[in-house]
Amino acid sequence: MNTVPRLPDDIEIPFDHQQSAHCESGAISSLLRHAKMPISEPMTFGVSAALSYAYLPFLKFGGLPLFAYRMPPGQVIRGLTKRLGIKMHFERFRQPEAGMTALDRHLSEGRVVGIQTSAYWLTYFPPDMRFHFNAHNLVVYGKRGNNYLISDPVIDILVECEAEALKKARFTRGVLAPKGLLYYPEFIPAHMDMPRAIRKAIRFTTGMMLYTPVPILGVRGIRTVARKIRKLDAREQHRNKLLLGHIVRMQEEIGTGGAGFRFLYASFLQEAAALLDKPRLTAIAGQLTAAGDEWRRFALHAAKMCKDRMPMDYGLLADELSHCAQCEESIYRQLRAELK
Amino acid sequence: MKCDEVPQQNAKAFMGHSKLLYALDENGRYVRAPSSGWEAEEIVLDQAIAEYEHQAKDAWQRARQGLTSTLEYHMYHERMDLVLLAQSTGYFKWQVRRHLRPSVFQKLSIKCRQRYSDALGKTLEQLDTLPEQP
Repeated sequence: MNTVPRLPDDIEIPFDHQQSAHCESGAISSLLRHAKMPISEPMTFGVSAALSYAYLPFLKFGGLPLFAYRMPPGQVIRGLTKRLGIKMHFERFRQPEAGMTALDRHLSEGRVVGIQTSAYWLTYFPPDMRFHFNAHNLVVYGKRGNNYLISDPVIDILVECEAEALKKARFTRGVLAPKGLLYYPEFIPAHMDMPRAIRKAIRFTTGMMLYTPVPILGVRGIRTVARKIRKLDAREQHRNKLLLGHIVRMQEEIGTGGAGFRFLYASFLQEAAALLDKPRLTAIAGQLTAAGDEWRRFALHAAKMCKDRMPMDYGLLADELSHCAQCEESIYRQLRAELK
Repeated sequence: MKCDEVPQQNAKAFMGHSKLLYALDENGRYVRAPSSGWEAEEIVLDQAIAEYEHQAKDAWQRARQGLTSTLEYHMYHERMDLVLLAQSTGYFKWQVRRHLRPSVFQKLSIKCRQRYSDALGKTLEQLDTLPEQP
């Protein structure tokens, strides 16, 4: 019979915590940094080609459709590592106990690992920020007594989580169930063709934003939502307010770095300009910042209208969104022309 | 957005924490810029929480009158809805809907209740009772 190796009670692997805007790009960039590969969060986000826009009316959250400003969860890690030739180790578990034992084993071998969890059961989250979202990512860097030491990318400080709560968070069921997912970089190539990866990623993102054949993705998706808002039935004000509030939350609150990842992507374009030696990209980044400011203006107006601090005006919100769509369309076209 | 435009409105939901945004410094370079909260975010967060609280309170009152089971109250109290509870227990929506009826809920097997108690993070006794206040 196998004996389970007993763990030393306290393990703490030195880890450099840096707060990030988004959980997944934050987790993977800090894991790579830990593995001596310095990469910024915006660069991670840009090279993974995670920027997007999607309006998915058939996926309901609390009865409201999904509005996404990025590619589905998992895409940051997969997109980035695929383009750079990094090999990741992924483990999922059927039994929660097996998942916790494996986590302990990795820690005792001195390995810092990223895990996927639900955001609701993490006890260190402020109560008002806890929602049932199953694709949160964080980094575990040690264990003290019955508590795991955690570097949560979206939290400004290092935190701890009790083992039982972490187990629950790792093994919730439902959409995007984490199934105890645990990951770390296994192999990082000595030479990486960063400029090539950046070009490919930008071409992918702009292609998706401009040329998707369905009207619910990319720039067309933004226009569709603008049209929907314009046509909202004024008699259903409570429901409309919930919908607008939901849109603003998806855009701003859910760790996007501001303006639904647009600022994060603009920051990536600035970095890319230097790496590719294309100063034009800096100018385009400036335009994307301006577009991001438009998104923020839309969010502020929508929120104020929800709270009756501004008269409800669906037409105005729709105009603002259309304007965002128009700005972004021109930005993506310029990017494609620049990287031809 | 420039660094000096990053909102610092001390949202109470953050409980003293800050979140990270990206903003432009005085040279027009992007830098990491923590924010302690923004009016727009606070409004929509309060709105979402108020909606869950409203549903929980409504279910609490109906459960007191015996019109629904305590399960419905706990479902909303844990910020779930029918769809989410069905997904996190593995039951079909129609099954959950049926289980919400007081007469059906009372007759549920321990095994079935255990699934709800796991999904909602409640003990079996807690699942069966209503708190004094919603």
